[in-house]
Parts: sequence; structure tokens; C-alpha cells
Amino acid sequence: MPAFPKKWLWILLALAFLVPLLQPLLPDVVSNYRLFLVSTMIIAAIAVLGLNLLTGFNGQISLGHSAFYAVGAYTAAILMDKLDMPYYATLPIAAVMCFIVGYLFGLPALKLEGHYLALATFALALSVPQILKYKWLEDLTGGVQGIVLSKPDVPFGLPLNEDQWLYYYCLVVMVLLYWAAANILNSRSGRAMMAIRDQYMAADTMGIDTALYKTVTFGISAAYTGIAGALSASAIAFVAPDSFNFFLSIKFLIGLVVGGVGSLAGSVVGGIFYVLVDNSAQALSTFVKNDLGLQFDLSAYTVFGIILIVLMYLMPMGIVGGVYYLVRSMRSPGAKAREQAALKQRASS
Amino acid sequence: MKTKRRTFLAGVSSAAVLSASGSAFAQKKYSEGASDTEIKIGNTNPYSGPASAYGVIGKTIAAYWKSVNEAGGINGRKVNFITLDDGYNPAKTVECIRQLVEQDKVLCTFNTLGTPCNTAIHKYMNQKKVPMLFVATGASKWGNPKEFPWTMGFQPDYHTEAVIYAKHILANVKDAKIGVLMQNDDYGKDYYEGMREGLGKEVGRIVKHVTYEVTDPTVDSQVIQLKDSGANVFFNISTPKFAAQAMRKAADIGWKPAQYLNNVSSSVASVMKPAGFDNVQGVLTAAYLMDPTDHQWDDNADMKEWKEWMGKHNAGASLADASNVFAYSVSTLMHETLKKCGDNLTRENLMKQAANFQKFRLKMALPGITVSTSPTDFYPVQAVQLQRFKGDTWDLFGDVMHAEST
Repeated sequence: MPAFPKKWLWILLALAFLVPLLQPLLPDVVSNYRLFLVSTMIIAAIAVLGLNLLTGFNGQISLGHSAFYAVGAYTAAILMDKLDMPYYATLPIAAVMCFIVGYLFGLPALKLEGHYLALATFALALSVPQILKYKWLEDLTGGVQGIVLSKPDVPFGLPLNEDQWLYYYCLVVMVLLYWAAANILNSRSGRAMMAIRDQYMAADTMGIDTALYKTVTFGISAAYTGIAGALSASAIAFVAPDSFNFFLSIKFLIGLVVGGVGSLAGSVVGGIFYVLVDNSAQALSTFVKNDLGLQFDLSAYTVFGIILIVLMYLMPMGIVGGVYYLVRSMRSPGAKAREQAALKQRASS
Repeated sequence: MKTKRRTFLAGVSSAAVLSASGSAFAQKKYSEGASDTEIKIGNTNPYSGPASAYGVIGKTIAAYWKSVNEAGGINGRKVNFITLDDGYNPAKTVECIRQLVEQDKVLCTFNTLGTPCNTAIHKYMNQKKVPMLFVATGASKWGNPKEFPWTMGFQPDYHTEAVIYAKHILANVKDAKIGVLMQNDDYGKDYYEGMREGLGKEVGRIVKHVTYEVTDPTVDSQVIQLKDSGANVFFNISTPKFAAQAMRKAADIGWKPAQYLNNVSSSVASVMKPAGFDNVQGVLTAAYLMDPTDHQWDDNADMKEWKEWMGKHNAGASLADASNVFAYSVSTLMHETLKKCGDNLTRENLMKQAANFQKFRLKMALPGITVSTSPTDFYPVQAVQLQRFKGDTWDLFGDVMHAEST
């Protein structure tokens, strides 16, 4: 997947920073609720970014990223609750904690490939909410009751409200993490990661320490997702085991596939997509029933599923891939046939 | 007919009191979410996910407001009931509630479901000063008007119920040795803590405490462990499927303790019958609503009205599911609260009216159980009555017990 054009990136970034400041002018369009929603999108994007590093760029599949998300969230929550640590100080600690957990989990995962790895990470996702409820940990985790937190306060007397500040906080963290990920991927290590994905044996033969790269990638990926978890603990101001069920992992995976596997920009699109569709699926299903007058009692998830199937059919390379090929084929009509051939080849490999 | 007339009279007299109490009420007053034509109420329910069995509650409540609107609404205003799916995920509940309060601008939320989900929004609702009425959870923390003046519970809390069982055990079972089976979550813990508190100094009488997860297939091994511990009292804190399994297993292995079953699983059709009537004779539980599958209520006026309403407005929903009774009953209380507000539909007045029930006869509540609230008492239903299983139905005994929550 090609890199996102830099010019557009800067424009988008400038927009992202400016839009919340329009709140006094357009209070209904740029409402606090919408800002909060975009903050959750950013958090989701970071989590998907973490998963993309592992699955998209290193070829290891994981159904267990909700576990790392939970570890990140609980690390932050416990530090804030028990040690009165400020919310921003919890991020690096959550990242280190998740890196260690991810690295350690990456060690046995070395022996597992493909479906077996999927199953092992699946078990991880299932077990973490149970572990959080475990009675020996209850003093720390609050057991099933969870931990109630306070929302991040606006620092330095900035003229922002809580939701605006939360938005900027999440945005800055995401930009930093995106920049770091782009740099990792552009380095020797990044090329080694992708070489392992593309042709494991060749990478091994060329002298790449595949075991080291795979475990460290697992750790970095977990750290990214853990940071997202820590951010969500601040944003939601509450953590409980029920927030981190297995379905969360699936949502990350949906975001990954829909956005575009192996594309950094795709991760952001994927994060936005899943929050957006998750929220509007129910509105859409009531719209179909009440306003269009069709007598289908579609559940929100049926609508969600239909949207997914349609998207996968139209854009098998994810939204970013789909848009990219669309733009390319519009620019040079002759290239269309070649693009489709390439698309078919990639889809079948 | 009798009860109908009584509520009618109560309504008329309260309306008379309201109109007599000054000119302040003559003027229409609204908060966000209320107008001359509409009252907006928000709700979250798990229509998907692990707790989606509770989704019927949201559906029945929606059907209730639809039937109210068809009959002309409340004081001429239609109720716009917006219910969102949170999948029993507290993080999602926060999103949904913010949408309801900030985008949809509801007057209040009503019967939001689940202890963790309500915990997640508790602080937010009180900061925003939006009424969070009659929440659907039995935890004991919802009636705290000092710290959380915008939140009110509904049902008798699990904690108090367990205290009542503990007192009954101490008074009636000689040399009690208690075995506890508990679902490992907030609901189970609330009961367990209540039992420990009710036993007080005698807490050592709990000789065995075993737990299960909602995802477990059976509780057979737990029941065997309880029998082996030599317990002669069985406190069964489990949801319907597991409650039936546990009581059947106890009978199968010849364990005959005095059994206390939590109210959550007192349905005749979905628990007692599958467990086998022979196996559950003498089991004790506490109740506050009528069980629709219990034949002793067949001729009760409330029950007849409910069944007729179900057939007309909620066709397709199960007549044996106690959740439908719960949803209907709590909706009638909300209905009454809104009616009492008259034309003064501000959030302050809504809380004031919710905290101003005197012995209100709640539909589908057991005879003798009423709703009383005050500015310092935010626990609407606080009374339960013990009942013992006899033949193929529950047999109420003793007095209605009013327990002040701890």
C-alpha cells in the first residue's frame, strides 16, 4: 500500500486542530458530544493502529487485542485511583506494562502460526475479563464493580472545556504514535518486519532475527493498544471488566480490515469507521423500519453486518485501498485492467 | 375495577391538591426535552451481547409508551421514548447516554439497565443534573440523595433481601451451616455481602462458598461440593437456568437442606417447573411482584389487566417472562410520576414528584406492597414478602417486611 500523500496529511491535521475552536461559532455542529465521539474514534484508531503493526505489517494475527486494551485501561485506572497519579503520567507506564505483557505473550506465540495463534490470542481475550474479577486482585481492580475515575482537567488555565481538552489530548497522542509508527516502518526494523510477513523463510535466511522481531513487534503492538486503553479509561472515566469483552477484539479486527490491512492511514479510517457505523447502525435500522415503512425488524448488528459485506465486496482492500485504486484508475484509464489484475493477485495470495 | 377507581380518585385528588397549591402551577414550565406536545425520555438496554436476555425489558417499555401515546399521551403530551443498545458494555453506555442527553436532549433517563452500565453514567448524570429515574439494577447504591440527588432506584435491593434471608435462617434453622452458591459478578456479590452482614457475629455459619461464571454450562460440581461440606442450609444466588439446575442436582444427590432462593429466579415456569415440583417443595424466596405463571393470581384484577395489555400492545412477547411484568410495573410508576408533574415539566419538579410518593399502589406488586419515597428516601420499593413453594405454586406467609436499606 502506498504512503498517504504528505500534503493531504498536513491539511487534515490542520483541520483536526482547528475544528474544535469553531465551537463558539457553530455550537450545534461542533457540539461537545460530537467532540467526545471523535475522541473515541481517535482512541479506536490508535488501537487499530497497534493491531495493524502486528497483523498488517508483521503477518501475525491476533484476536486478543481487547486484552491489551484492558491491561492498558486498568493500569491507568489503578495508578490514578490508588496512587493519585495525573492522567498523562499513566500513559507511558501503561505502554511499558503492555509492552512487557505483549512481549511475554509473544514468546510462546513464536511456536504458533496462523489459526493456532488466532486461537491462543482468542483465549487471552476471554481470560482477561475473568482475571480482572479474580478475588485476589479485587482490592486493586475493584472486581466486577470496576473503578470510577474523574475526567481529565484542563491544564494551564486554557480556555477549553473538558471535551475539547480530551479531544486535543487524544489527537496529540495519536499524531505522536502515528509519526513513531511511520518511522519504525521506514527503518531497517520496519523492513525486517515486513520481510517476515512477506516471506518468512527468506527473511530468516537473510539473517533477520525472526524470533526477536516477532516478539518485539508483539510488544510494540500491545503497547499501542494499551495506550489506547489508557486513553479510554480517561475518556470514559470508568473501567469495568464488561467493557473489555471478546467482541472488542473483533471490532478492532473489523476496523483493521475495513480501513486497510497494512496501511497506517487505513488504521485511522478503520477506527473512525467502526465507531461511526456502530453508532449509526441502530439509527439506520429504526429508519428502515419507521421511515421507510419496511416491516423488517432488523437488529442494529444485522445492519452492521450488511454494511460490512457490501464494503468487503466493493473494496476488498479496505477503504483506503479502494479509494487509492479508484483514484489511480480515474487518472489513467488504461491502467485499470492492470490494477484489477494486481488486485486479484493480491486478494488470492 | 376497584383498584382502578382508587387510582382514579388518587389522581383526581392529587390534581386537586396541585391546582389548589398556588398559581405557580398554572404556568407551564419546561426543561429541555419537554414541550407542549412531547416528553422525551432516554433509555439504554442490552439488545445485543451477553446480557441480551434483558432486552425484552426495553422492548416492553417501548410498547408501554406506545400504548400510552395511542390513548392520548400524558396530559396531552406524547412520550417520545428513545432507547439505545449498549450491549451491556459500560463504555458504550457512556456514549449512548451522552447522545441522549446532549444530542437528543431528553428530559430524563428511565430504567437504564445494568449495575456496571449505571455506575459508568452515575457521576455524569448528576453533574449534568438530568434525572436518572428508576434504574434497572438491584445494587444498593442508587438511593443516595445526599451525594446523587438526580438518581433513583426502583426495586428492593439485593443486599436488603439477603439480610432478610439471613435473619430468617438465624431465627428458624437450628444449628445452621450455610452453603452458598453464587454467580461471580456484582449481583452475586451484593447478595453475598448482604448475607454476611445479616448474619453479623454468626458469619462463621457460612461453611462453604462456591461460585460459577455465567458462561459455565452447569453448576453440578459446585452443588456436590456444597453437599460435601455438610451444609444444612442452601443459599442459592443464581440466575434462572442455574437455579433450576442447582435445585434439581441437590435433589438428585439426596441433599435436603433448607433452601433459600434469590428473588431473581422465582419464576414458576422458567425455574421451579424445570427443576421438578417434587424437588423444590419448601424452597423459600422473597418477592415483591406477582409471578405471571403463578396460578394463584389468575383472578387478580392487575394480572388480568396486564394480560389483556400484553395481548393488545405487546403481542409476541412471552406471558411467562417475569421481565415483562417488571417492565410494565416500573413503566406505570414512571407514567404516574410524569402525570403528577402536570404542566411543570422541569427536571427539578420531576425529581420532586418522584420523591413524593405516599403508599402508591404499584401495578403488579404483591398485595400490601406500595411505593413510598421522600426527599431523603430514594428507594421506591422496599418491601418484600417471604413465600414458600407448595404444590405447584408459591405460598405467601408472614408479614410484608419493610426493610430500611443499610
